[in-house]
Amino acid sequence: MSKVFSVEPPALSPQGVSNRTRRWRRVRRIVALPIAALALAGCTVPTFGASPGATTSSQSAYHLWQAFSIGAAIIGTLVVVLILWAVIFHRRTSDRIPKQVQYHIPLEMTYIIIPIVIVLGLFAATLVVENKEVANPKTSVTIDVNAFQWGWKFTYLGENVVVVGQTTQDPEMVIPVNENVHINLTSSDVVHGFYVHAFNFSRYALPGVLNEFTFRAVNTGTFNGQCTQLCGLYHSLMFFRVKVVSQSEYTTWLATNASAGAVRTSQTATNQQTSSIVPTKPAKSEGNN
Amino acid sequence: MTDVLDPPVTSEPRDHAHEEHHGPTGILKWITTTDHKIIGLSYTVTAVIMMVIGGAFAEIIRAQLASPNNTLVSLAQYNELFTMHGSVMIYLFAGPFAFGALANIIVPIQIGAPDMAFPRLNALSYWLYLTGSITMLSGFFVAGGAANFGWVAYAPLSNSINTPGAGADLWIGGLLLTGFSAIFTGVNLCATIFYLRAPGMTMFRMPIFTWNMLVTAILILLAFPVLTAGLIMLYCDRHFGTHIFSVQGGGVPVLWQHIFWFWGHPEVYILALPFFGMITEIIPVFSRKPVFGYKGMVFATMTIGALSLGVWAHHMFTTGVVLLPFFSLMSFLIAVPTGIKMFNWIGTMWRGEIWFSTAMLMAIGFLFTFLVGGITGIYLASPPLDFFTHDTYFVVAHFHSIVMALVLGAMGGLYYWGPKITGYLLNETIGKVQFWFLFIGIQVFTLPDYLLGLRGMPRRVGVYPLHPSWQSLNQLSTVGAIMIGISTIAFMVNIVYSWKKYPAGDNPWDGHTLEWFTTSPPPHHNFYRLPQIRSERPTWDYNHPGHTAAEHGHHPSNDEEVPVA
Repeated sequence: MSKVFSVEPPALSPQGVSNRTRRWRRVRRIVALPIAALALAGCTVPTFGASPGATTSSQSAYHLWQAFSIGAAIIGTLVVVLILWAVIFHRRTSDRIPKQVQYHIPLEMTYIIIPIVIVLGLFAATLVVENKEVANPKTSVTIDVNAFQWGWKFTYLGENVVVVGQTTQDPEMVIPVNENVHINLTSSDVVHGFYVHAFNFSRYALPGVLNEFTFRAVNTGTFNGQCTQLCGLYHSLMFFRVKVVSQSEYTTWLATNASAGAVRTSQTATNQQTSSIVPTKPAKSEGNN
Repeated sequence: MTDVLDPPVTSEPRDHAHEEHHGPTGILKWITTTDHKIIGLSYTVTAVIMMVIGGAFAEIIRAQLASPNNTLVSLAQYNELFTMHGSVMIYLFAGPFAFGALANIIVPIQIGAPDMAFPRLNALSYWLYLTGSITMLSGFFVAGGAANFGWVAYAPLSNSINTPGAGADLWIGGLLLTGFSAIFTGVNLCATIFYLRAPGMTMFRMPIFTWNMLVTAILILLAFPVLTAGLIMLYCDRHFGTHIFSVQGGGVPVLWQHIFWFWGHPEVYILALPFFGMITEIIPVFSRKPVFGYKGMVFATMTIGALSLGVWAHHMFTTGVVLLPFFSLMSFLIAVPTGIKMFNWIGTMWRGEIWFSTAMLMAIGFLFTFLVGGITGIYLASPPLDFFTHDTYFVVAHFHSIVMALVLGAMGGLYYWGPKITGYLLNETIGKVQFWFLFIGIQVFTLPDYLLGLRGMPRRVGVYPLHPSWQSLNQLSTVGAIMIGISTIAFMVNIVYSWKKYPAGDNPWDGHTLEWFTTSPPPHHNFYRLPQIRSERPTWDYNHPGHTAAEHGHHPSNDEEVPVA
């Protein structure tokens, strides 16, 4: 069994790799097969309401979503049919007392064991995608993201570029396409949530904690982001945007803005819709508590 | 044989009338009582009032969300509204309704006990609950308004810098009081169930509702003290200069989340198990069959109770500071016992003789609604899927499917046991109108919210100016909320319309368990006499001898396998 799946000769595996890790790789390979098959068939499988994702890991999460949804649809339909069957065909028609059946051990064992197998399968599929998402590969772009009440500050490490924006002016994070982007996420006051819908990903910005993650955008375009964790009065309006551009545009953008030093989202017009609700200057100063 | 026999208890109450309680009457009786039935009734009325208050908040919230830039309420008021909506529904309605109201009334009768083990402690529980509720709600009348940091009160948003004002302190105080009330009820239920069972009522002859309340009570004892400790820490941070949850003083904000959810996830099952229990009483009675897989049901409940203590961090997958695979696996596994319950409920209905009373309709509505909430819960056990649905309307929809299923269960419980408590039935026609408004309303309310979450609408936002396309789904959801509101009005109308109109008799549903053996309402100490208890259905066995429960393929009438103690 092990020979079938271990393709790599042991000598090639990196030093210090434990048996456990190797076993995980094997499990991953086994589980990856149906996932990969599903990924190939991705265009024909319905979206089940989710977004296909604009980053590599968000696409994996999306395929996991599809796999879960197919399972959910099958099991959900089965249970609904069973309930409806009982409700329709076993309605009270007479004063008869039905057979007082209380136990059917083989049947009961079946619906204990099958769900265990199903959830273990779902868990294994989860692990594959999860490990991909939390991996931190080498990156060329690193951005410190600092969340505060109620806005965001993006500091491009080593580039002398800073983008800040709050409530009425949504800051824009410009990143290159097909490039690993590493985010160092912090908060200077309360808990915030860094969430980009198209990236199928969110992560808390916790005070006193450095949260790191990496993503790789595969399409250019502008994607809306928003704070998802309640952070006080203007939580509803703590927007930002992620603009994915080509490598050359990114280089130009960096060069233009590096000379200006700290940029206060000059390229973004004040958001007309939100400014009617929020005073231009929020009641609270940023991040001093 | 097929007819329901005459109620077993007929003339006896009159013979014993002199034994009735000679205490005060009227309001004084209500204030000084230690009778579990009257305390339970006080709990029921208070909890239903809380449900109406929380529901009114929900209607305002849904009205606000009906358009992207609505100014019906300000953003500050909106934060107060959803905070108090969640707090009232979770802390003041769902929990107290389950373990304060119905458990208080039904558990002692189901096990043949004269009262709870500690009647005065029971009274104290109720008064703590009432004062706690008033304390929490009084936040609306102080300067700065009620608490506005969400029902989870994440630190450091809940500290005195970010949320100054008395509203937050009243929230903490109210929650401490209701928390102690819950702990005392937990103690009381455990002691009652362990020590006051009638002769013959062994543990494995207890009705499933009582079993579920036992596991719930144990979970209360394990979880609520943690919340109480956390609240005291939070209060100290706010007023006594400690820095338990603030970075500046060397504290750890995320500790609050651990403490809160270490209480909060068992709490989900503290809320759910009693309602599972109610459903498990209603479905067999109206299917005229014993609970299918009784022992499996009991072990499933215990498994849920045990696992629920190890899944709290699935509320914290996106914090980046928890061990994802462990909490993910535990959360997946908890789906298994829950699935067992679902199949047992279906197995109970299977080849039964189902009578579609309002209570049974509510129970069947529960099955469908809970199925939706349960399946979407499995998605959330998977961290990669949680990453993109966390704190969006998907989660809001998920737990509203669950809690609205519990509301269906609560209504089922009221229609089922109400006659036992009051002695009068509710009108079935109005009940069915209420059911259809409630059931369809729930689906119209929750299903659009799943889609909104998948389209990226975050929780706890009062406006969504950048996404006007979310409006139509939000409006649909609002329509659902209005339908649920109408169902609540139908319930109130039903109570007024049916007031002392339809005498119930002792056993209106051909019930299985001991509470249907005594009068409606039961006498002061519940029973004048008890039947032999030889299974978990003593009343059924008494009324239908020769129809005892059996394993599939066995026929007790043939092989004389009538169980003996």
